[in-house]
Amino acid sequence: MDQDVAIDVHHLTMMYGSNLIQSDLNFQVRRGDVFVIMGGSGCGKSTLLKHMIGLYQPAAGEILFDGCSYFSASPARQLAMRQRWGVTYQGGALFSDKTLAENVAMPLEEYTNLNRRDIADMVRYKLALVGLAGFEQFYPAQISGGMCKRAGLARAIALDPDILFFDEPSAGLDPLSARRLDDLILQLGQSTGATVVIVTHELASIFAIGSNGIYLDAVSKTQLATGSPRYMLDHCDARVKEFLTRGDYENDKTPVQ
Amino acid sequence: MDQATLVIKAADNRASEPALTVTLQGSWTIGSKLPGPDLLAVQASNNPVTRVVFEAAESFSWDSRLLAWLMAAQRQLGSCSFDLSALPGEVGELFRLANSVPASQARSAVPATLQQKMFAGVARLGDEALGLLAFIGDLFLALGRWLIGKSSARWLDILSFCHQSGPSALAIITLQSVLIGMILAYLGVVQLRQFGAEVYVANLVGVGMVREMGALMTAVIMSGRTGAAYAAGLGTMQVNEEIDALTTLGIRPMDNLVLPRTLALLLTMPLLCLYSNVLGMLGGGLVATSMDVTWLLYLHQLRDAITVTDMATGVFKSFIFALLIAMAGCRAGLECGRSSAAVGQATTRAVVTALIYLIVADAGLNILFFHLGV
Repeated sequence: MDQDVAIDVHHLTMMYGSNLIQSDLNFQVRRGDVFVIMGGSGCGKSTLLKHMIGLYQPAAGEILFDGCSYFSASPARQLAMRQRWGVTYQGGALFSDKTLAENVAMPLEEYTNLNRRDIADMVRYKLALVGLAGFEQFYPAQISGGMCKRAGLARAIALDPDILFFDEPSAGLDPLSARRLDDLILQLGQSTGATVVIVTHELASIFAIGSNGIYLDAVSKTQLATGSPRYMLDHCDARVKEFLTRGDYENDKTPVQ
Repeated sequence: MDQATLVIKAADNRASEPALTVTLQGSWTIGSKLPGPDLLAVQASNNPVTRVVFEAAESFSWDSRLLAWLMAAQRQLGSCSFDLSALPGEVGELFRLANSVPASQARSAVPATLQQKMFAGVARLGDEALGLLAFIGDLFLALGRWLIGKSSARWLDILSFCHQSGPSALAIITLQSVLIGMILAYLGVVQLRQFGAEVYVANLVGVGMVREMGALMTAVIMSGRTGAAYAAGLGTMQVNEEIDALTTLGIRPMDNLVLPRTLALLLTMPLLCLYSNVLGMLGGGLVATSMDVTWLLYLHQLRDAITVTDMATGVFKSFIFALLIAMAGCRAGLECGRSSAAVGQATTRAVVTALIYLIVADAGLNILFFHLGV
């Protein structure tokens, strides 16, 4: 078993009932990677993410974390694995009846033996890290969508996870906010040493932060390419190139920066 | 695992920039016990310093807990600058990131004094009354538009809501009515037996169901069943911005959403009330016939006891109740906030206001009927 591989996916097939989403996916996410899951709308990007975080069970194949499959693990081991993952959802998925501080404190109260004061310190630090210092006592309905996403990130990193999963982090944000969130993800990834798995179709994000990735195709229902976004741009199938250059790769070979 | 400790080297006051040197030792992680951040503040108050230099000892491990501790210590020291260059690079990086955005001074809410709260309460009551009147006005305007055929309310919608609030509710109304009839009969039989007048239990059950219990209990069930569903449905639409979408398409939510629901309830509730009356009398009959009153006698007595006027008062009541339930439900849904918690609050509000309306309206109608002599 290669020590550098954080997530290893073998022959994964995903289905909703009898409806095939993607079949025969094979890829590896290395430790410290920023792994981008890309593809057009409706190709199964978010579904793949939900399989990886154990919300859906694979129809066939395996997803191994350090050589261990989530679905064949014991309940105690599953819980331990979940605590090593941080997940942020498209809209933040904050609990709307709790303040930001209570949202971030929730995993800390559940899984650590810190006292109230230490938890309050941790919450202040995590919120400051995502640029929301001073917003502890606000409810999700009182802050903007972009702030909700960042607060969701603060909750996801509350337990210092080894792997961070993002579902469309920059969807619905203006280009500058999206850029800042990308920078934040990159900085957090680097300084905590976490592996980042990110679903996105924002080209700017893909090239700015992706160090490795996979392209899913909605028509052939399987992966067309894996590797870093730049490698894909230069070496892969025309369909991948078309996606990465917004359809005008014949004229313009330079990616969106 | 090593205990987390810190060694503080006293500041050199002769230096141009008085600084504390702090050596961190052991494991500064989530699972371990840390010294309080006020230790530093105490030290600094004895020896005023402008800079604190942190160093790592041989055995030193860290995670977010260290950063949270450093932030807390910095808040207590105020103007001191922290030099983290001797710690692992990531610590400095994360500390810088956490301090890169200054804390917001915005306040979520200012706690109010008792007096302010009382004024706000009275003002809210006024708003509530005005809001209710405005809603009733809007509803009747929508009804007017519908009657002259200028409304976007569709018959298909009305029929589907009728199905939801009528046939689908039959099972629970059946159970409820039979049991209420039986309860009335038991109450009556025990009292009337003292005079040997058990046969008059038919009068009690008949008049009780037709004038009062049929309409009221059906309305209570429907406010919990349909009123709450209306509030939750419309509230969710509000959260999803569907109501905004309707409005910007030039379709009035009042015409398209509220009117079909209200009309459906107005159509089905009187029918449910009649159904409930019949089943209530049946339930009463079950009890009466088990205590030496025959079915024939019971039915004969019933026929003499109930007049058409009695029936009409009950049906009229259920008509009014239907309007009140639909209004409470739809209004709570339309005025719902924009979060998932707000949907729950809207549902609660719909049921509670509907019940209050019901009780008040029932009392008012009974007084009215008494004075009219019906």
